[in-house]
Amino acid sequence: MAETPLIEVRNLYKRFGRQVVLQGLNLDIRRGEIMAVIGRSGTGKSVFLKHLIGLIRPDSGQVLVDGEDIHGGGSRHLAHVRERFGMLFQGGALFDSLTVEDNIAFPLRERTRMSAAQIRTVVAETLKGVGLEGVEGKLPDELSGGMRKRVALARALAMHPEIVLFDEPTTGLDPILVQAIHRLIADTQARFHYTAVIVSHEIPEIFDIATRVAMLHNGAILEVETAVRFPQSSNPAVQQFIAGRLEGPLTPT
Amino acid sequence: MARRTPPLWEERNSSTHIVLFTLTHIGIATLSLLSFLGRVGLFLGQALGLIFIPPLKIRRVIRQMHFIGARSLLVIALTGLFAGMVLGLQGYYTLTRFGAEAYLGPAVAISLITELGPVLAALMVTGRAGSAIAAEIGIMRITEQIDALAVMALNPIRYLVVPNIVAGVVVMPLLGALFAVIGIYGGYLVGVQLLGVSSGTYFGSMRDFVNLTDVRNGVYKSLCFGLLITFLCCFKGYHTGPGAEGVSKATTEAVVLSSVTVLVLDYVLNSVLL
Repeated sequence: MAETPLIEVRNLYKRFGRQVVLQGLNLDIRRGEIMAVIGRSGTGKSVFLKHLIGLIRPDSGQVLVDGEDIHGGGSRHLAHVRERFGMLFQGGALFDSLTVEDNIAFPLRERTRMSAAQIRTVVAETLKGVGLEGVEGKLPDELSGGMRKRVALARALAMHPEIVLFDEPTTGLDPILVQAIHRLIADTQARFHYTAVIVSHEIPEIFDIATRVAMLHNGAILEVETAVRFPQSSNPAVQQFIAGRLEGPLTPT
Repeated sequence: MARRTPPLWEERNSSTHIVLFTLTHIGIATLSLLSFLGRVGLFLGQALGLIFIPPLKIRRVIRQMHFIGARSLLVIALTGLFAGMVLGLQGYYTLTRFGAEAYLGPAVAISLITELGPVLAALMVTGRAGSAIAAEIGIMRITEQIDALAVMALNPIRYLVVPNIVAGVVVMPLLGALFAVIGIYGGYLVGVQLLGVSSGTYFGSMRDFVNLTDVRNGVYKSLCFGLLITFLCCFKGYHTGPGAEGVSKATTEAVVLSSVTVLVLDYVLNSVLL
């Protein structure tokens, strides 16, 4: 018998003004997998990701975590659901007035009863886990793009969340850093066994770390397949997208 | 909210066209005003509610008091001094026409305590601190820092809005009072030192004519302005549009809206309090 999915996305519809972004999106995300979500720019990948954690409310449809609608019980219920999540934002979204240490310690200080010494240990360990040491006292502005992503990842992982959402974790980084961040995601996932949803443009690199790949097109999922089988998909749109060809069912706009 | 213009008027003749067109636009304007007021009301309700539901972020409150209050001292002192000096000068020349220059003291003091102190201090704080609050929260919005707070299962309003409002309400009456005190001294410099009203008359008649109700009204006004400015600036920053343009627009709107509302509210409060 198949295990019930950790996150079930049911028939999600969302429009902003006249612009329809999601139209009937369905997707199951299984416990412990790394689900990569790919698709063209502007197809609503980030919007989809923000629906998973309730930052955006759907016009209709549901997001179920462990079978429970995240919007089913008011703001307290939503906050409770969010405690299971961590999220790495596109730009990192580090608090720019706080040091690296304070950034990572922020959720620990606000949501746990750990002592200052314990928090310092956790911060140092988490930073070490993402390959950074000795940057605790720096401000986010003093770090390079790659370091900022690592700090943001450290902050997302500090609370040991069950589910981590990545919104284009490698955009704007050089190819070596892309590999480094991917390796970091794979390593931390293997260590903490979280379920990951990664919105990414890194094709084909993302296939190396993903368990399954879903392609978003026109506000719905066009194809979901394991990362191994996805590149052999018979769908011409998928093939065109992976190969980056101008000719095919997808038109450049 | 849908802003579609109904297609039915396209086929009608021109007079129906104009009527429907006008009605549509009145409708759109009314609806957007109502939805704006609705959002303001909900936001205010949430922010005020969170003041009384612990935990209150004391450190942030103190930091914002320092930012809104302590760092506005210079600008408040300067504007207060010159407002008082102008009042002294103008008041003196007006009062001499009636031979009533003995009442310069209370004239300056009452204007400053009940009116100019609270209002001008509020306008100065709007320009100096309100704009900065709106811009800071706006930048946090567009760089997803507000979302990051929400994702940590923390309420962004508790961290970003409540401390500003509490600080504003505490600090504004103090700034208004300081403005009035320095202004009275400015009036003294011009009226007594420059124009020759006797010092005893200036302060003595002040003691006779300024009563506690004036002071109380001034404090009430400042309290309202403190709440209004910090709330509106936070609201505008919190709901900023995308990009640098969004932040600049939010900041401008925050300052304009706060300044205008301060003056409108001042009139309303005057008609209630006096």
